[in-house]
Amino acid sequence: MGRASGVDEDPASLNLRETELRLGLPGSQSHDRSKPTLAGVSIFGKDLEFSLSPSKNSAAPVSGAKRGFSDAINGGKGVGGLFSPRSGESSVNAHQSAASNSKPLSKEGFGASPQTKTLQEKKSQAEAPATKAQVVGWPPIRSFRKNTMATNLAKNNDDTETKSEHGCLYIKVSLDGAPYLRKVDLKTYSNYAELSRALEKMFSCFTIGQCAANGLSGQDGLTENCLKDILHGSEYVLTYEDKDGDWMLVGDVPWEMFTDSCRRLRIMKSSEAIGLAPRAMEKCKSRD
Amino acid sequence: MDPKRARESPESAVLSRPSAFPDEVLERILSLLDTHKDRSSASLVSKAWYHAERWSRARVFIGNCYSVSAEILVRRFPNIRSVTLKGKPRFSDFNLVPQNWGADIHSWLLVFAEHYPSLEELRLKRMTVTDQSLEFLALKFPNFKSLSLLSCDGFSTDGLSAIATHCRNLTELDIQENGIDDISGNWLNCFPDNFTSLEVLNFASLNSEVNFDSLERLVTRCNLLRILKVNKTITLDQLQRLLVRAPWLTELGTGSFIQELTPRQYADLETSFKGCRNLQTLSGLSEATALYLPALYPACANLTFLNLSYAALQSEELARLLAYCAHLRRLWVLDTVEDKGLEAVGQNCPLLEELRVFPSDPFDEEIVHGVTELGFLAVSYGCRKLRYVLYFCRQMTNAAVATIVRNCPDFTHFRLCIMNPGQPDYLTREPMDEAFGAVVKNCPKLQRLAVSGLLTDLTFEYIGTFAKNLETLSVAFAGSSDLGMQCVLEGCPKLRKLEIRDCPFGNKALLSGLEKYESMRSLWMSACKITMNGCRLLARKMPRLNVEVMKDEESNDGQSYKVYVYRSVAGPRRDAPPFVLTL
Repeated sequence: MGRASGVDEDPASLNLRETELRLGLPGSQSHDRSKPTLAGVSIFGKDLEFSLSPSKNSAAPVSGAKRGFSDAINGGKGVGGLFSPRSGESSVNAHQSAASNSKPLSKEGFGASPQTKTLQEKKSQAEAPATKAQVVGWPPIRSFRKNTMATNLAKNNDDTETKSEHGCLYIKVSLDGAPYLRKVDLKTYSNYAELSRALEKMFSCFTIGQCAANGLSGQDGLTENCLKDILHGSEYVLTYEDKDGDWMLVGDVPWEMFTDSCRRLRIMKSSEAIGLAPRAMEKCKSRD
Repeated sequence: MDPKRARESPESAVLSRPSAFPDEVLERILSLLDTHKDRSSASLVSKAWYHAERWSRARVFIGNCYSVSAEILVRRFPNIRSVTLKGKPRFSDFNLVPQNWGADIHSWLLVFAEHYPSLEELRLKRMTVTDQSLEFLALKFPNFKSLSLLSCDGFSTDGLSAIATHCRNLTELDIQENGIDDISGNWLNCFPDNFTSLEVLNFASLNSEVNFDSLERLVTRCNLLRILKVNKTITLDQLQRLLVRAPWLTELGTGSFIQELTPRQYADLETSFKGCRNLQTLSGLSEATALYLPALYPACANLTFLNLSYAALQSEELARLLAYCAHLRRLWVLDTVEDKGLEAVGQNCPLLEELRVFPSDPFDEEIVHGVTELGFLAVSYGCRKLRYVLYFCRQMTNAAVATIVRNCPDFTHFRLCIMNPGQPDYLTREPMDEAFGAVVKNCPKLQRLAVSGLLTDLTFEYIGTFAKNLETLSVAFAGSSDLGMQCVLEGCPKLRKLEIRDCPFGNKALLSGLEKYESMRSLWMSACKITMNGCRLLARKMPRLNVEVMKDEESNDGQSYKVYVYRSVAGPRRDAPPFVLTL
């Protein structure tokens, strides 16, 4: 899920919003939080962050109550109790400042440092919710459910063979007829052209034979353009499996959306691509 | 003539004459009453009725285990067969109550062993249960039939082994969402070979793998089995084999719903589901994907409760499934279905009464998926009979809620959780006061309310003014002053449970409810502006209340407290740990 992103906001989410048919203000969700506009509302988006609670909800299905006070972050006690700067943890009584402007509450500089903490947290493991900052017991979800969902998320990430840490996105690439598969890190490319070139280089050794067989040798050199021709010609079609398990043609959706949903790549023989990418077939045929 | 008698009314004269209405007849009649409320009412009519009721009562429900003692219980009710007990305050589910707080069942069991040797049923929620207690239960109560543990802690699968081994007449073993030490699945093997009485088996929330052969044999020989909820380690083809053995199940919890099946296996699975004609409840489905969900379709015709809260379905998958579930009354989903999935709910389930939408990734604030006010709106347009909703979202508007409750005025339970504390209406930037105002104004039957978002005292003024049937209120990160809490305490005559965290309510608010607390089950306040003096004053003025204070260890100035106030006829509790101060 969106947890995969590193420091930056997950760009795929933006595109998803753009392409999805949603009835809502564009970007209304994530963007508003960063605007320091009204009544400290933005506080409750990014700014109100809490420092790491060490392995709070580890996967062991033991009652959360075991951890007891050591994890109780709530410092909210009295008048205007906001952040406790010592621990960098905030009481979420900060909302009081937004609630009634008539009440003069002491503000202890929230804003900058909690924000930094957020980024740091995100840079570090995006593993289970355990490592994410949170108010104790909020949102109100039973420990059992929390632990189960954390395990499921971790599992899904494993299944799809993506590594969320450090912003990598390794996926398997297979070429029909090749004896072994390769792995590429989608995060190192910023568009389809770059991916295409990388794949060409990677699989050129397998296709040189075909190039020659098809009489595609030429002055351009076998390696550089051969696979490209093959890919853009009628021999192969580049497809991918998305997170729903469906096989799709590469190139239809915006790049960010593709990297977000792509689980594996397959360079498929176009003869097998019938039904998958009929448009591609037409394209290929018309080129010949 | 006896001067006393002359003054009696004709009715009481009849009742007080011993021969007019034999006790046995009265008991027989009263034994037909089954709700606790009715029984309580009957017991208040007269002494004769009180005694007839107490002799004929077989099932007792205790909402707060510390409100009464086991000794008092057995003295009043000599013939109890079934006990339901709730222990810790509800916020213990969310780690707000330290471990070893109490609510241990063992002391109760000791008394029961002496006075209720024929005990058949024990249903516990938020109690501490040790393996030792489970073994004691298994050995000391030969008629024991039904054990249900929900959100309990303190035991391991070894305790379950003891139950399986010794409870020869067991009909129900229901283990749900507990803080359990899951050592192994061997407990399942402990059911003896000649054990056949099981009707209900729910081990969905245990993680250890069980021996499938044992399970299959158990299911085969227990032909009264009607509720079976297995855990994730049971695969699809294993499930298929179980369904073949028990097609008459009324409630099914599947295991993992993802597996590489051959076409033959898939066909078998589909056939097995087709054979389940009595299925009313379906749950589990962890890791379900579009691939195998269609196998379920034939079993959905009579489904009234579908629990997909552990299945991360997408909107399309849900929509396709719901097309087969026209009779659905209760639906639990994850917010992975998004607004589009909820539109499908509105379109396909006109009989829906209960909807719960859980967050799939509640702690990641970068997530922009999940559900919004639009999904809730869509459901409200299509499901006018909605009366119970639990909705986790990241944005909401006052206008949307107002429309929702106009569409569905029959709400009895309205629990809205906007996951960012203190978040306002995301369109107007205003507090969410008007939203909850609309809820209490439009829904006269409202019994339970959980509020969230940016809220001022106005919300509580609305609640106090309009929510005349409100029994349970949960408040977090809300309110502006003591006035808020005061409004609620003064305005809600039926209030029984009030739980508050991280609100600016102080001693004045706490003390404004002095008389009120005796008519309530309990009050919880944490991270508010209560001081020790306030609590002491409350305890002094209301001796029949237990005022328990725990220090909030993480607070800066050592002045943050968690306060738990409840009425009790048992006096202050004797098992309080050192960190609980009873004033």
